[in-house]
Amino acid sequence: MIAIENVHKQFGALHVLKGVDLSVQKGEVLSMIGGSGSGKSTMLMCINGLEGIQQGRITVDGVEVHAKATDLNKLRRRIGIVFQQWNAFPHLTVLENVTLAPRKVLGKSREEAEVIAVEQLSHVGLKEKLAVFPSRLSGGQQQRMAIARALAMSPDYMLFDEVTSALDPQLVGEVLDTMRMLSKEGMTMIVVTHEMRFAREVSDRVAFFREGRIHEIGSPDQIFENPQQPETAAFLKSI
Amino acid sequence: MYFGGSFSRGDFLFLLSGAVTTLSITLVAVVIGTVLGVLFGLIRAGAPWWIGNTLGAVLDVFRSVPLLIQLVLFNSFNSMLKLNWPTFTVGCICLGIYASAFCTEIVRSGVGAVPQTTRRAARSLGLTWRQELTSITLPIATRIVFPSWIGLTLGVMKDTALVLWIGIVELLRSSQIVTSRVQEPLLILGITGLIYFVMSFPIARLGNQLEKKWGTQ
Ligand SMILES: Nc1ncnc2c1ncn2[C@@H]1O[C@H](COP(=O)(O)OP(=O)(O)O)[C@@H](O)[C@H]1O
Ligand SMILES: [Mg+2]
Repeated sequence: MIAIENVHKQFGALHVLKGVDLSVQKGEVLSMIGGSGSGKSTMLMCINGLEGIQQGRITVDGVEVHAKATDLNKLRRRIGIVFQQWNAFPHLTVLENVTLAPRKVLGKSREEAEVIAVEQLSHVGLKEKLAVFPSRLSGGQQQRMAIARALAMSPDYMLFDEVTSALDPQLVGEVLDTMRMLSKEGMTMIVVTHEMRFAREVSDRVAFFREGRIHEIGSPDQIFENPQQPETAAFLKSI
Repeated sequence: MYFGGSFSRGDFLFLLSGAVTTLSITLVAVVIGTVLGVLFGLIRAGAPWWIGNTLGAVLDVFRSVPLLIQLVLFNSFNSMLKLNWPTFTVGCICLGIYASAFCTEIVRSGVGAVPQTTRRAARSLGLTWRQELTSITLPIATRIVFPSWIGLTLGVMKDTALVLWIGIVELLRSSQIVTSRVQEPLLILGITGLIYFVMSFPIARLGNQLEKKWGTQ
């Protein structure tokens, strides 16, 4: 379980997160929607400790992320994150992109790591591209590679930060299909997205982010059909 | 050995021994310059600004004072302080530090050119700071700045000519000595230039080839 309690985050004078409370259960798919600059990306980065926080507490399966004693490198093995920018490692082949972390972080042999990588790359439909460098892939393929790369660490949680926003429209579908498949397999996911139809379809709950807080949270039906807050309705109408 | 004052095989071998000295100084200076340059460049790119800027200011001195002055000054210190280092060592260290000042900026710009998001993606997989640096940032940065580094190496090779001022007989000095005996300055300068070219060409070619290889990735 990921538990977020009263989290505040500031960049200098800019108060980005202003007391976020949220918990995500094992197996749950939670979508985060909200305007640009409302702090969604920052929230995800705080969950795996890529960003520090000024107040509050985030625990992942009982481990406090921002406690001094926490080994973040160890914690991050269990939390996969995929970003809006594809962030392929350009100097490594597709296969090496995926084997890197299992080898370096988990200490697997090259052979073991390759078995895992081939499995994950097949899973996202990239079995044919193992020896190719990322620059030869389309955006959608690079993004699926990034998903396979995160999955190769066998994470318990997957965080997705607007993973389709930088893609050409015709490539969005293949990436969403991959995420759909993961949700069916029972992966615990937090999905920041602007794809409302997708959010509605895969989510157990939807959280509407506004001005550094969760303004409204509820079932997809509640948020999309019957929002309780006027701002939620206004946001949904605006996009 | 000399046949009527014309250029002989012995002269040629003498030039070659000068060339070996030039190559040795280049090699040592480039190694010193690169090792220090990577170290300083990483400090410039990653350390708190006041450390990075202080280091940058010091290195700016080495970048802006003419190498000849640095060589002569360092050589004088060497005798004044009775360090008694061989002039070869003095030349190598001086050129090495000079090269490191340029290499630092090359490394800094290369590291700066690696997208922050790429580095974060690596850290998010659980790679430690050091693993991220060696597996992601340095390889990517190397590819970006490699042409500049080749340029630096070729520059250092030419700058080695200045060490003749502190009494090292490298290629250019050898050619002067031969000229004073043989009196065929144009021929000898031509041959000397050719030797410089023959030493530089493989380095430039290697650079091109690696660039091409990386370019197809
Ligand atoms: N590293 C940073 N330094 C300073 N400000 C930042 C940084 N990252 C994000 N911000 C600011 O924090 C706010 C929230 O950003 P972000 O979390 O990216 O929002 P969202 O993902 O919802 O669009 C924005 O105003 C953004 O400019
Ligand atoms: Mg964002």
